[in-house]
Amino acid sequence: MTTAAISVRDLTIVRGPVTAVDHLSLEVPSGQVIGLLGPSGSGKSSLMRAIVGVQVMESGSIDVLGQPAGSPTLRAQVGYVTQDPSVYSDLSVLANLRYFARILGVTDDSVERVLDQVDLREVADRLVGRLSGGQRSRVSLGTALLGSPQLLVLDEPTVGLDPALRRDLWTLFHQLATAGTTVFVSSHVMEEASRCDRLLLLRDGRLLAEGTQSQLLERTGCQDIERAFLAIVEGGAS
Amino acid sequence: MTARRTWATARRVLAQLRNDPRTIALILVLPTALMTLLAWILPDSEWQKYAPPLLGIFPMLVMFLVTSVATLRERTSGTLERLLSMPMGKGDFVFGYAIAFGVLAIVQALVVAGVCFALLDLTVRGSAPLVVLIAVVDGLVGTALGLFVSAFAQTEFQAVQFMPVALLPQFLLCGLILPTEELPTVLGWISWLLPLTYAVNAMQHVVVDTQLDTRFWVDAGVITGMAVALLALGAVTLRRQTR
Repeated sequence: MTTAAISVRDLTIVRGPVTAVDHLSLEVPSGQVIGLLGPSGSGKSSLMRAIVGVQVMESGSIDVLGQPAGSPTLRAQVGYVTQDPSVYSDLSVLANLRYFARILGVTDDSVERVLDQVDLREVADRLVGRLSGGQRSRVSLGTALLGSPQLLVLDEPTVGLDPALRRDLWTLFHQLATAGTTVFVSSHVMEEASRCDRLLLLRDGRLLAEGTQSQLLERTGCQDIERAFLAIVEGGAS
Repeated sequence: MTARRTWATARRVLAQLRNDPRTIALILVLPTALMTLLAWILPDSEWQKYAPPLLGIFPMLVMFLVTSVATLRERTSGTLERLLSMPMGKGDFVFGYAIAFGVLAIVQALVVAGVCFALLDLTVRGSAPLVVLIAVVDGLVGTALGLFVSAFAQTEFQAVQFMPVALLPQFLLCGLILPTEELPTVLGWISWLLPLTYAVNAMQHVVVDTQLDTRFWVDAGVITGMAVALLALGAVTLRRQTR
């Protein structure tokens, strides 16, 4: 395994009455597409929020790119895409990207690059609120790509997208990983497992299992990750 | 905090407002319509007395409301969380908003006061431009208060709950209903902690005094200072990490 892009040690996150993440420790290797799989409520979003430094942590620690999560220097190196497209619906695609480019301190060349990367050039002048759901989430993804981050944290980026678009996005994620970016992507859709280099299975805020898809299938003797997940859950802690 | 990011934020907020005619109407048309209604309701002597203080109160109420809603939208849409995960200073956010809404407060004060003086026969013994100045500063206080309260709130629901709490007591104690000197002692002290009291006081000076003394400028200075302090406090209390 290469050096870790993220290492989580004994992390606990409490949100309201719920312990969202429970004494979790894990490592995310750099330069790969790493899938964080688990049902909704398993703590994926809380973990991701903690990694990008916007979540209050109860205990434990996270190192991101060799620095404590939330360090000011990390803010320019980590791209974060929330579950819902967090962009301005009353501005055009271009106005959104230009604004976030100014905040990140990158030039409008990055805006041009991103328009091609997420394939939004044709709708660049349209208000984001008038776009389809899939286009909107690509604006949100594009925003995270503006700063050419070393680590991309993507919370369910492919939910509700049509299959062709999903395929294109996964291709983009692998291109980015090949270029050296660590892509940490969550999903509650188990079939997306096959698209990741490595998987982390999360349930009730705990790490259930980790490895490549084939390793997990081999270990459980199952034919798909959905069944493997069940086998591990029913077989007790792994 | 950098001038580049603050300025980019101010321009972005103004660009959003250009695409939002209803908010523009709320800022410009609503206070103008309310003043027109007031001129219609009141006999002239009362109108001359009540219009200037209300020219200070309406901008503050409207700007508070608009700012609270705008920052609330930043929270619910997740854009605030995204910005705070980026190299964005908390001051960039707060002062960017203050600049954008400050521009609107200027336009608002010019329109509303302009209509009062030109069409609704409002006359003051003091200087009319100073009425506009106080109205602008009051609008800024409203914006600052909206940003502060919204930064202070942990959830969007709390931000909405804070609106009446922040505004209505000020309205009762500002000296419009009863002069502050005639309030019960404790309430009198409290009233001098609230920005609206200074606004109403300054406006009342302009109405009766041809020569403005230092008390007017003290009032104006205090309101401006309160606006700046609230903005700074708003920036400090904005939380990058939430639960």
